[in-house]
Amino acid sequence: MTTTVQQPEGAGTPEADVLLDVRGLKVHFPIKKGVIFDRTIGHVYAVDGIDLQIRRGETYGLVGESGCGKSTLGRAILQLESPTAGEVVFDGTDLASLKGEQLRRQRRHMQMVFQDPLGSLDPRQTVEQLLLEGMRAHGLTKDAQVARTRLTELLSAVGLPKNALSKYPHEFSGGQRQRVGIARALSVDPQLIVADEPVSALDVSVQAQVINLLEDLQEEFGLTYLVIAHDLAVVRHISDRIGVMYLGGLVEEAEGEDLYDEPLHPYTRALLSAVPVPDPVVEDSREQILLPGDLPSPANPPSGCRFHTRCPWRQPTRCEEERPELRVVQVDGVPASHRVACHWAEQIASGELGRHTVEVDDVTHPDEIHPEIDSSLGAKGVTDASA
Amino acid sequence: MTDRPGTSTYPSGEGEPLLSVRDLTVTFGRGAKAFRAVDAVSFDVRPGQTVGLVGESGCGKSVTSLAIMRLLPSRGNAVTGSVHFDGEDLLTLSDTQMRDRRGRDVAMIFQDPLSSLNPVVPLGVQVAEVLERHRGMNRGDAGRRAAELLDKVGIPDPTRRLKEYPHQLSGGMRQRALIAMALACEPRLLIADEPTTALDVTIQAQILALLKELVQESGTSLIMITHDLGVVAGLCDEVNVLYGGRIVERARRHDLFARPRHPYTGGLLASIPRLTEGKGRRLTPVPGSVADNIPWEGGCAFAPRCSSEIEVCRERTPELVPDHEGLGPDRLLRCHNPLESNPLDDAPSDEEVRA
Repeated sequence: MTTTVQQPEGAGTPEADVLLDVRGLKVHFPIKKGVIFDRTIGHVYAVDGIDLQIRRGETYGLVGESGCGKSTLGRAILQLESPTAGEVVFDGTDLASLKGEQLRRQRRHMQMVFQDPLGSLDPRQTVEQLLLEGMRAHGLTKDAQVARTRLTELLSAVGLPKNALSKYPHEFSGGQRQRVGIARALSVDPQLIVADEPVSALDVSVQAQVINLLEDLQEEFGLTYLVIAHDLAVVRHISDRIGVMYLGGLVEEAEGEDLYDEPLHPYTRALLSAVPVPDPVVEDSREQILLPGDLPSPANPPSGCRFHTRCPWRQPTRCEEERPELRVVQVDGVPASHRVACHWAEQIASGELGRHTVEVDDVTHPDEIHPEIDSSLGAKGVTDASA
Repeated sequence: MTDRPGTSTYPSGEGEPLLSVRDLTVTFGRGAKAFRAVDAVSFDVRPGQTVGLVGESGCGKSVTSLAIMRLLPSRGNAVTGSVHFDGEDLLTLSDTQMRDRRGRDVAMIFQDPLSSLNPVVPLGVQVAEVLERHRGMNRGDAGRRAAELLDKVGIPDPTRRLKEYPHQLSGGMRQRALIAMALACEPRLLIADEPTTALDVTIQAQILALLKELVQESGTSLIMITHDLGVVAGLCDEVNVLYGGRIVERARRHDLFARPRHPYTGGLLASIPRLTEGKGRRLTPVPGSVADNIPWEGGCAFAPRCSSEIEVCRERTPELVPDHEGLGPDRLLRCHNPLESNPLDDAPSDEEVRA
């Protein structure tokens, strides 16, 4: 994908406000095979050409189904995964060019909150040790008294009792563990927090507590968030701007309200219509767009528009040959900040093109899928195997 | 089931109950360490009806289903009460008799389709096994029938898929295969334990549509166990809300969502982020977590987290009693101080209706 990024005009934000600028980011994982000598027999195109800008103080929500590369993108932004191509400019510095000590120092400004609170906390460390480790690494604990006050502040910020410091992760409930994870991310006073599915492992009532906490902390510390989630309602609730990912690429990007009021990309429409609504009146009356089949393998993505194999609006021309780029569309009432990667967005929005049925057989062509890649495992399964 | 508001698209659940669960209690451990995971749960499932069991993790919904299927380990727990299926108490049957029922009369779909399938046996053999065991079919006939079943649940190219192993299928396909196995003998009751929790939204929509269609077509009764109130809203005729091992509220689908009466149900509904609401509205979560519960003996387990707690809540155990008239039929409630108004009423409801 060529990188022709235009700052969305009319958004009224000067370039200086951009905290994180991702351009043409690609992460490809090699697929290796062989008993003695590993041969690379292909690549998993986990992230394949993504441009996105996150402004200071905003929350950017990234949604997509499992295997679409959203977590890999988050990790690549933090340089936890080395990008194959493209650049990640954070606060004016290109992270991809940094190495060793310089990169390590930079990490203080970018922290991550993980999905599984128990798995991401060391079971043998008390909360105090957990929180101090990061601070020590960045030289923030030279004065023991200051560090002590900082810990108390952190605990009260995330709503944990003071005696939590001497406890181990297993002594907490799921919601409290996630609070510990958030406190750890906050401990080094970062600017950007990448939260990868921060609430999906939690119960509904606890989930709401953590969402509220994230919002409060943003206000208090002026944080910038990149929230990665598969739950559209959660993303909608906390995000200013939202990007929808499908198979390694962004297919639509807009302000939260615009995206939900007028989804332009067929995939976004299907995704929104698939979310169960906790209201029987709505459930009885609404029309669902059921997508046939599964996500195609990211090792062998479809040509042209990646979504064309499952798209109910697919056209005989262009969709299969030409990969659409994110562009501003000329539809009434759609602002310039709303960009979509679909050749036919205008015609679909105006109702000129109608939906048609998609043959399921088109979707899962067995011979086209690499036998060693289970599409449901996606990129994660493959990296584990080749690591 | 005739006076349900709105469009009734489900077969009515009239007549004698097919499954009648009475005072089902499951206790793990003994003596001082005993823990009651399910506490005197009673409900009926009529033919063709879809009954939902809703609650957060640890509320006993899965243990209830395992107890009904008699799938709990034989040691370390005590199951009391009765589970009458078609007039027979499942809990008193011998293991052999129960094996004849499982898969034939009562079938179950689990949350994680990968660990419910045998990884080293081809799919076709696993689906055909049910038919060979219960219907006495020979391998060839069973194989052909298995292919038909896979086709029915929407798996493309079923004859090729029969030879494949579970790891070669995607998550959605595996869940479809499990549904095919569960429906192979046309059971009269299907228990689905979080069947879509491990799946993506678009796949979840496919599976729910499939379940809805199959239930309507075959008149199978369905017990839907889930934590997702959205799933319940679209699928269930009657909903039981569980908390701390007990049913705290029971109502028909529309009644429950229109007028939640138990503070826990209201709290759950208020803590869900809605698609139609933008950034800004603060969620009103249920404070605390299940760890804060007090025992049911001598009070209401939910009291420490409850926003409408009154004095009596910590003194007397609330009973599950019929709610007052005018709120819709068959409503049961276990609360001393129920909600008088819907906590969501301040949000405009007509805006929630979207195509």
